[in-house]
Amino acid sequence: MSFWTFLQQNWIEMLTLVRQHLALVLISTFVAVAIGIPTGILLTRKESLRNPVLGIANVMQTIPSLALFGFLIPLPFIGGIGARTAIVALVLYALLPIIRNAVTGILGVDKNVREAAVAMGMTDHQILWQVELPLATSVILTGVRVAMVICVGVATIASAVGAGGLGVYIFRGLRDVGNTNLLLAGALPAALMALAADFSLGLLEQRFSVEAKTQRKQASILDKVVLAVIAGVLVVGAYGTWRAARSGTQSVAGSARVIVGSKDFTESVLLAEIVAQMLESRGVTVERQFELAGNLPHDALVAGRIDLYPEYTGTAFTAILRHPPMTEPRAVYEQVKRDYSEKFNVEVSQPLGFENTFAILVRGTEARRLKLKTISDAAPHARRWRAGFGQDFMSRADGYPGFSKTYGLKFAEQPREMDLSLTYIALASNKVDLIAGNSTEGRIAAMDLVQLEDDRRYFPPYEAVYLVRKDSLARVPVLSEVLGKLAKAITTEEMRQLNYEVDANKRGPVDVVRDWIKREGF
Amino acid sequence: MTGVENNPLVEFRDVSFSVPALASPIIADLDLKVDQGEILVLLGESGCGKTTTLKLVNRLLTPTSGQVLVEGKPTTEWDPIRLRRRTGYVIQDAGLFPHFTVESNVGLVPSLEGWESARVKERVVELLSLVGLDADKFAHRFPRELSGGQRQRVGVARALAADPPLLLLDEPFGALDPLRRASLQKEFGELTRRLNKSAIFVTHDLREALRLGSRIALMQAGRLAVVETPENFLNSTDAHARAYLETLQLRGDAEGLAGGDR
Repeated sequence: MSFWTFLQQNWIEMLTLVRQHLALVLISTFVAVAIGIPTGILLTRKESLRNPVLGIANVMQTIPSLALFGFLIPLPFIGGIGARTAIVALVLYALLPIIRNAVTGILGVDKNVREAAVAMGMTDHQILWQVELPLATSVILTGVRVAMVICVGVATIASAVGAGGLGVYIFRGLRDVGNTNLLLAGALPAALMALAADFSLGLLEQRFSVEAKTQRKQASILDKVVLAVIAGVLVVGAYGTWRAARSGTQSVAGSARVIVGSKDFTESVLLAEIVAQMLESRGVTVERQFELAGNLPHDALVAGRIDLYPEYTGTAFTAILRHPPMTEPRAVYEQVKRDYSEKFNVEVSQPLGFENTFAILVRGTEARRLKLKTISDAAPHARRWRAGFGQDFMSRADGYPGFSKTYGLKFAEQPREMDLSLTYIALASNKVDLIAGNSTEGRIAAMDLVQLEDDRRYFPPYEAVYLVRKDSLARVPVLSEVLGKLAKAITTEEMRQLNYEVDANKRGPVDVVRDWIKREGF
Repeated sequence: MTGVENNPLVEFRDVSFSVPALASPIIADLDLKVDQGEILVLLGESGCGKTTTLKLVNRLLTPTSGQVLVEGKPTTEWDPIRLRRRTGYVIQDAGLFPHFTVESNVGLVPSLEGWESARVKERVVELLSLVGLDADKFAHRFPRELSGGQRQRVGVARALAADPPLLLLDEPFGALDPLRRASLQKEFGELTRRLNKSAIFVTHDLREALRLGSRIALMQAGRLAVVETPENFLNSTDAHARAYLETLQLRGDAEGLAGGDR
């Protein structure tokens, strides 16, 4: 599909994402300006506060955005899932340049001018408003410009906490191997937005420079336009802030609806969508908080921001509960069930019937040429191969270190650590020779990749289950019925097919799930 | 010269000023009076404390010990804003506000004092003509559109705006070329006499001191070395004063200068 066709088919959704993205950026910048400039002014008055506050703002900027989101989710009032959390994080990132430039701009006012102002008998207030701020405006605006461009960039990660924005396309595009349209549709408008913000605020800066202010001339039409645009942005920002503040804490407790979460890959979205549609057909109002990145779904579940999300027993067992890997499926399931009940007051549903374990994949051509069936078959060839693994696989207890030891694997070079979805592309395009993918990945066959059998039973079981808060089960009894129906309802082949429909045939998850539910008769 | 019945306009009483970073005080044991209508020149080399002395008058600084009295009241008891609005202040590159027109610069203190805008405008025109600038031509210019001499004139006009009894000037003509400096000095001397203003004038230029001062206070390392009228200063036997006088090429040149404009 050409990019143009993609745009024609998706322009409404794209506009929505652009609007969400813009709202995130404008509201965050507005709030950051409202906090940052007064703080900057205060710091020029209270020298003892200057270094500590700038230090804190500096540290804020160094926190990786996903880590910051994870930290924010359980917090009351400012935390949770959705736009508000994203805005809080964006504001924290935007503060530093704004505060720093307000301080630099004001302190940078010519010492003689400042002294003359004091000696004329101007009050501190008058000096600030009539001398310092007018002379510092363009430096302060530079800070706002930098902050806004940062916001445009960081806002793409906001989709990880369900805040929408163009990041939705970018993350989908990254997962959806080879779909450059999605990547372009996300990255291009974001880049344009950053350029536009940079350019328009740069223009504004020039308008407010001392040189421009001291040009004797009437206000031009451009001035009026610029002023109108600023006024517009301020109004939109203020209104958005008000709306965001009014939307209140989205706590699940006490409300009649169910909030379904999912991780940020197709299969998790599909499984969440299945529950969502089945609940809806039973008259329950469902809110979807899909595509949450990393450990965010777990944090959100424990914090009560979502009611349930699909998980895998092996992931829960090793990555969340931090048990050493085990290979016996029943034992793993029982242990997970016990621990979640005790530690998190969370119920683990019956397994859905399929596993999504690590699939060690090689190119089909290679597998046929070397007659590879199992990982042990491949071990002797490994020293001529390069491997590429997702960050997940490199870091987790049941990942690379144990894997290479179990099979005595030695690669030609240290494995490349990269985004999981990119490893498929890397393998297919001969950049690496072996990857650890997902066993239910829909396009394993389509890309002519072959899964090698885990003949030494290294990988723990990854049975798909739903994790549900117990208080949600008590509040919405129909949840138990729905989850009961889904026990053993999906085979590995079926899951692969569903994934394939979305990833390769580009159908929407909502459609794919609706058809499947109809077929199954749920 | 000092009238016993009149309070001096400014009086330094045993004033010292020091900062923690420096071992020796910037000003030490300073006693000095400035009378109504007098132009006192603080003369001395860089770092001798003359600018600091000036800043103690309008409370940009406060003494570490001793008192500075303005109109009989210690500066520490003045509301600093009131004190400063009653004190005109001119510094070397004028310290004009770059984003204000000449008119707004000159009219600043009257505006702060809440004058009506028509009255402020009138006053600005009056002041500009007083310092030899055509209001029609200059009122709406910005400082960067002026020459150094014009800026300095605007600086003086701004300092005079609210008709303060006292002017403080910190090397106001220091950055100008000699010809322009001489003509501004002359005009300034005439102006202060005409308006009967008192002034404290900081300079390191002996010619300027002799030309403008009704008394010259020579400062040396934070202390007063000599306080004399220009005539007596020329005959001073003080070593520092002699050193200064020797910088003048010809004695006759100096004789001609002292009181030459008076």
